Amino acid sequence: MVQYSLRRFISAIPVIFGVLLVVFVLTRSIKGDPCTAILGEKATPEACAQFMESKGLNEPLPIQFGIYLQDLARGDLGESLQFGRPVVEIMLERMPLTVELSLTALTFALILAIPIGIISASRRNSSFDVAAMVGANIGVSMPVFWLGLMLAYVFAVALKDTPFALPPSGRLSPGIVPDPFFEVYGWEIPESGIVAGILTFISNMYILNAIISLDGEVFLDASRHMILPALALMTIPLAILARMTRSSMLEVLGLDYIRTAKAKGLRHRTVVLKHAFRNALLPIITIAGLQMGLILSGAVLTETIFGLAGVGRTVFEGITARDYPTIQGFVLVIAIGYVLLNLLVDLSYGILDPRISLD
Amino acid sequence: MSTPSVTELPLDGLDDPTAGTLGDYRSNSLWRITFRRLFKQRSAVVGGFILVILVFTAVFADVIAPYDPTEVLIGVEDVKKRAPPCIHLLGCPEDQPQHLMGVDGNVRDVFSRIIHGTRISLRVGITTVGFAIIVGTLLGAISGYAGGWLGNGIMRIMDVILAFPFLILAIAIVSVLGPGLTNTMLALAIVSIPVYARVVRSSVLSTREMDYVEASRALGASSWSILFRRIMPNALPPLIVIATLGIATAILETAALSFIGLGAQPPLPEWGAMLARERNQVFSAPHLVFFPGLAIMVTVLAFNLLGDGLRDALDPRLANESRR
Repeated sequence: MVQYSLRRFISAIPVIFGVLLVVFVLTRSIKGDPCTAILGEKATPEACAQFMESKGLNEPLPIQFGIYLQDLARGDLGESLQFGRPVVEIMLERMPLTVELSLTALTFALILAIPIGIISASRRNSSFDVAAMVGANIGVSMPVFWLGLMLAYVFAVALKDTPFALPPSGRLSPGIVPDPFFEVYGWEIPESGIVAGILTFISNMYILNAIISLDGEVFLDASRHMILPALALMTIPLAILARMTRSSMLEVLGLDYIRTAKAKGLRHRTVVLKHAFRNALLPIITIAGLQMGLILSGAVLTETIFGLAGVGRTVFEGITARDYPTIQGFVLVIAIGYVLLNLLVDLSYGILDPRISLD
Repeated sequence: MSTPSVTELPLDGLDDPTAGTLGDYRSNSLWRITFRRLFKQRSAVVGGFILVILVFTAVFADVIAPYDPTEVLIGVEDVKKRAPPCIHLLGCPEDQPQHLMGVDGNVRDVFSRIIHGTRISLRVGITTVGFAIIVGTLLGAISGYAGGWLGNGIMRIMDVILAFPFLILAIAIVSVLGPGLTNTMLALAIVSIPVYARVVRSSVLSTREMDYVEASRALGASSWSILFRRIMPNALPPLIVIATLGIATAILETAALSFIGLGAQPPLPEWGAMLARERNQVFSAPHLVFFPGLAIMVTVLAFNLLGDGLRDALDPRLANESRR
């Protein structure tokens, strides 16, 4: 197992290097001049020359790439051209939102999809099954951005004065300021460094932070703001996962040992949940892992609609402003995260299904 | 996983006297059986039906649409900016001009724009996937057949592309190429190449060493002839399924890129772009957001349904399962 994990990890290294190279080449090929994008159209040639010099943008590309790799090895993602602050700092501020949103969406998608898939499979061709699968087909075909806008309309306008009204934008209502949990508990933490980074990252996931610091008001408010974006974002994964659960269950339910279990006189429920479901889980996990890519892509659109400053918005603004370091840093972290996630999914096979021998 | 017993294998058509020689019979009947199965799939029939309507709409857009999609109706008719739908059958006064889906912020007829948008979306979906299939098939076939450093090199590049979330890489590529519908299509095609390359490669790898391929080789057939006449037909069924579903994805993602301003530019009646233009008006004029989105959904749904049906029809193992 350890040997296999190691081998898989090593084989991911060339891919990650390729990702680095692609991200670097792509960002450097974005049309337009970073100087005028950052300093404004009226920047003098002297000011521009100085700007390019100070940011190392005058060096030949291979040297720039070398410098970039060196910095990266030190955990330095550079300084954002538009914010004038380290990219890592911006990441610690903005990435937690996307992570929180994506995980909420994926969790709820799984919580709903698995029972729907199981019921559909065990009552094949029932009206529940047909309705669920028609719903799933419509779900996968729905544009996230349209669904988001329609949800915003329904919950913020149509249901305005009802208890179901939900805020259509932002993370918190005006006036509500969450305190980082480590401050609430009065922890002494260093100004910078990995520990501070991780703690800041966690505290910027407002819902999680509110749970840790037992702040009911912030928790409720942040959750209410999260409902619509999460609903929009989870629809497609929900549909895909429900279909996957159903077909995976159907495949397993047709196997001989299921017949044996039924013949032994076990209850239908026991057979479905204990005998079939565990073995149907594997493809569901794979697909759930792969949904993360879809969810991240969807997050870009969802954040745009609900006015949330997360990863998607940052990348998009970075492109408009030709903020190379920011785009580079964010796209890189997303891609590496995605590669590692797929690796994790692969490795989980051996644990979930002992029949698969990894060594 | 149960293997189909001999009696369950599709043997209908064997006693068909018009089938000709055995060679003919085989090449014809896979498709004939597929078609027969396809017509039994409810989802495929529904998807195909919607698709026929969409193609009809796209071809006869000029006839169906009551207005020119870019015609600004100021001074032409007495309509207000962002007026809600006016349908005579549903009680809208006869003296008002009829606009089935209302009027947009530039005082253009939304219905006409949606109708013309069908053309754009179908073209986008088919061109993007077509390009991706051609390049992906070539790369996959070379990689599988040639193997070695070339084959491995190609697949590693594909791995790198697959390491990015689909839309994020597409956004990055479009921002390099510059916004516009053509560049969006190109970006989406590049991003979807690996999927086709992988399918073709695995088909090639699984059939490369088969006896009938060996026999062709012994008969002196050239590598290209073996590749395209003996090996590639095996890759066709999965390719068709993935391509159909891929068209759905391409249409959806083009709309998404247009929505964030990178795809189709005004005044092109592309659905995603139409939606993006009016998205801030969703609270006051929801119809301007509702209809373009609905059009995207119906089109994507049609391809998804057809793709699912094709998968069940082309894969006897799955078809067998659904009979259980």
